[in-house]
Amino acid sequence: MSESLYAQLLNLAVGALLLTAVLILWRRELAAIINVFALQGIALAVLVGLIALDEGSAELGAVAVGVLVLRAGILPWLLRRALAGAGATRRETQPLVNVVSSLLVAAGLTLLAYLVSQPLVALDPSPAAHAIPVAVAVVLIGFFVLVTRRLALSQLVGFLLMDNGITAVGFLTTAGIGVVVELGISLDVLLVVLVLQILKTRIREAFGATDIDDLRELHD
Amino acid sequence: MTALGAVGVVLQLLIVVTLSPLLTGMMRQLRARLEGRAGAGIGQPWRDLRKLMRKRPVAPHGTTEVFRTAPAVLVATCLVVAAVGPFVTTASLLDPVADLFAVVALLTLGTVALALAGIDTGTAFGGMGASREATIVALVEPTLLVAIFALSVPAGSTNLGVIVTATLADPAQVFSPVSLLAAVALIVVIIAETGRLPVDNPATHLELTMVHEAMILEYSGPDLAMVELASSMRLTVFLGLLANLFVPWGIATTGQPLLVAAAVLAFVAKVAVLGALLAVGEVFLAKLRLFRVPELLAGSFVLGLLAVGASFFLA
Repeated sequence: MSESLYAQLLNLAVGALLLTAVLILWRRELAAIINVFALQGIALAVLVGLIALDEGSAELGAVAVGVLVLRAGILPWLLRRALAGAGATRRETQPLVNVVSSLLVAAGLTLLAYLVSQPLVALDPSPAAHAIPVAVAVVLIGFFVLVTRRLALSQLVGFLLMDNGITAVGFLTTAGIGVVVELGISLDVLLVVLVLQILKTRIREAFGATDIDDLRELHD
Repeated sequence: MTALGAVGVVLQLLIVVTLSPLLTGMMRQLRARLEGRAGAGIGQPWRDLRKLMRKRPVAPHGTTEVFRTAPAVLVATCLVVAAVGPFVTTASLLDPVADLFAVVALLTLGTVALALAGIDTGTAFGGMGASREATIVALVEPTLLVAIFALSVPAGSTNLGVIVTATLADPAQVFSPVSLLAAVALIVVIIAETGRLPVDNPATHLELTMVHEAMILEYSGPDLAMVELASSMRLTVFLGLLANLFVPWGIATTGQPLLVAAAVLAFVAKVAVLGALLAVGEVFLAKLRLFRVPELLAGSFVLGLLAVGASFFLA
């Protein structure tokens, strides 16, 4: 694979990562958000696979397959199951910040990510280093989703978005952090999702909805 | 060179003027067929224009020159853009004028003239349509500028012809994230700007939902014909810009007659395909609530902004 083709495909994968992050912020339907999240998992796996091809490392290739299975297969499947059990709340109707403002905030966050990751980009002129700001932007957008959404499921998606961003930053900066570490992180994320899913079911049983704001009031 | 360049300008004008009503007719016909109606035929917009042109011009009482000159301004801006833009050839005489900012400003001038005419009639619908159009334009223009600006960064010039030539020289650019983000932003904006579904329904005369139709409600006869012709021309110009910015192949880079002839065919085919896609897409769409339109346009603005950002930090 020639260097320019690699750079181009890498940029494309990173662009898809950013586009899906913005789409998650844009859409209200939880089902659509989960589908976009699965697409983002594919983009992330492609990103890792490209780095593996460039480095010629089989270990990293195995990690790419693992990322694909976990982030485009298992996690969306778990989320869909949680959605099916959630009853009538299928739309994020009233986020704390409305959709127009949150889209503009996303634009601002992207610029912020670009500013703060300048020193990292300056260290190394490779195409992977140039893509770091985008991955940082995905982390920030994920954090923004996490703090501004009301439904437990969309907050969970925000958390996973953040994790996708962190994984992308990890691979872009270090070109692989070892299979064991990556496996540990992936299992952690899976465990967190499982625990949160059980927690969410409990919340729904106790309160009848998963709007987190209801938890502010005392309940007996 | 200058003679060939002049031929290019005249050719672009002729093609846009004659074919744009046919494009509108083709889209209406396609939509009618898909909805199970027979349709009026592709030539119907031209027949309507001929009928309107023969009528006596009538202006409502109390309207001023603003109302009377708006159709002329609208048509004139479209004609200038059709003459200077890189539609058939990038080697036309007026190509240096085809600056991104000039073209977008010209198209906005037409919209503003029509909005002012809508207010000038003093009717409720005119004012309502104008205020809605102003809301949409205020969101559309920045996005349009930002999206095309993202494409101009790799080319290093805001001249539309130079952007198109740069894409021709380096075809891989089309598949970069910059270009993809800008394409999505530009498509949304063009749909909003030309008043198509889901932002505005071109076929409706329902008072509460119309935007473009509300502004031109008081026009009749030759004035209405000019407004209708101008709105078809705007659609053609926008689709042509979209086609040539992202799929520039086929455009003539020199003034050779054979190349130019092939470029004419390529341009007609590209615009027809885009128009057909738009018409087919509209069959499956419902109109968006007016209050949701800013959300759609803000989304496309963010995509445009990200495209500009990506053109800097991924370069």
